[in-house]
Amino acid sequence: MQRIINFILRNKNTLLYALLLLISLFLTIQNNDYHRARYFNSANWLSGTIYNSYTEVTQYFDLKAHRDALLEENTRLKEQLYNRPYPYTVEMDTSSLDYEVLSGRVIKNSYANPDNYITINRGSRDSVVQDMGVITSRGILGIVERSSSNFASVQSVLNSKSNINAKILHTDYFGSLTWDQKDFRIVQLEDIPRLTPDPMKVGDTIVTGAMSSIFPENIPIGTIVKIDLNQAQSLYEIDVRLFNDMTNLGQVYIIRNRKRPEILSLENETADD
Amino acid sequence: MTDNYIMGAIRFIGLVLAQVLVFNHLNILGSINPMVYILFLFWYPVQENRTALIAIAFALGFTVDLFSDTMALHAAASITAAYFRFPIMRFVFGVNLEFQNFRISGATRVQQLSFLALLIGVHHLAFFSLEIFSLSNLLLILKRIVLTGISTFIFSTLLSALFSRRKT
Repeated sequence: MQRIINFILRNKNTLLYALLLLISLFLTIQNNDYHRARYFNSANWLSGTIYNSYTEVTQYFDLKAHRDALLEENTRLKEQLYNRPYPYTVEMDTSSLDYEVLSGRVIKNSYANPDNYITINRGSRDSVVQDMGVITSRGILGIVERSSSNFASVQSVLNSKSNINAKILHTDYFGSLTWDQKDFRIVQLEDIPRLTPDPMKVGDTIVTGAMSSIFPENIPIGTIVKIDLNQAQSLYEIDVRLFNDMTNLGQVYIIRNRKRPEILSLENETADD
Repeated sequence: MTDNYIMGAIRFIGLVLAQVLVFNHLNILGSINPMVYILFLFWYPVQENRTALIAIAFALGFTVDLFSDTMALHAAASITAAYFRFPIMRFVFGVNLEFQNFRISGATRVQQLSFLALLIGVHHLAFFSLEIFSLSNLLLILKRIVLTGISTFIFSTLLSALFSRRKT
């Protein structure tokens, strides 16, 4: 017994190091699993509060740019509104609408890591929960991965785990949007089957597809910059330049699909059969 | 003695804030963020308890992790650097380390800088080789180790020159 205690005392540094290293590795590997508990993220109270008060100050430096972006979006929306082909009435009963939109602000942004997460100042108190879509006035941003009471951590499209249903505008060719971790301006659209003639050209717009229960259809994502074929020559690999400037994010919209629980339960039932 | 603790606490908080609010957002050349919180290990008193240093290094790394959504990568890297700090010091400072009143600020400039460079080397090697587990782009990783290491070294040298106690 004496010997064991002596051994532990003599090697306490090494043992402590080994123990802490194991804990770190465990946390790292555990948190790498998608949908597994991500307890330690920047949506916690401490970092959330600090980032929030930090952006309270720094947001003033970007006010002009954000105002211009909002104006641009309003112009686009007004143009659509005035050019609607048929007379319409504005639906006042919001309970029958499919999508609910909340506003929020990015308090922590990252785009240089292989797996990027963005923190926003809306949490479960504002009924922001996992798997809600986050967009900006220009286009898609990511999906809420976890929320604390006041903050939420958003898995950016610039994340190796990100996989979003997307399609080419005005067609029904859809694929999945992923990121190869190389350039924060370019994401990849994969799994569109090869067709002749090519259904798309460089410069075409990519939008969200209808297969997603998270995003509404036709939210802008980016434009095609390069079209390649995969090794088997059967699927396209398309490079898409994002509309969003991922380095400069301010106000965001959070989208909740009211019908998502229904869709999910239906899918589960079908899968169980 | 109490002075040392207060100084340590101020450095801890100051370095974490500098890291997460300033240096994590530098993104030099698109993706390079120097990790200056390693300076805590550089400034830590020589004669202090090594076991305590490993525990503090874990807390330091983990706090940075919480802010940067990197799981526990910073924690693992900084305890590795803390664990190898003593062997590195023995390698760099040699017999001088045996003197009771030895201080890092008393060593030559070359010794100080090579100590810092070796600490950064160990830390970055641990950090990026752990990151490899979740990645496949090996060449990209190597490029990032070298470039991030250089930038960390430059910024740490500048910071330590800025905050070092004046030699008397």
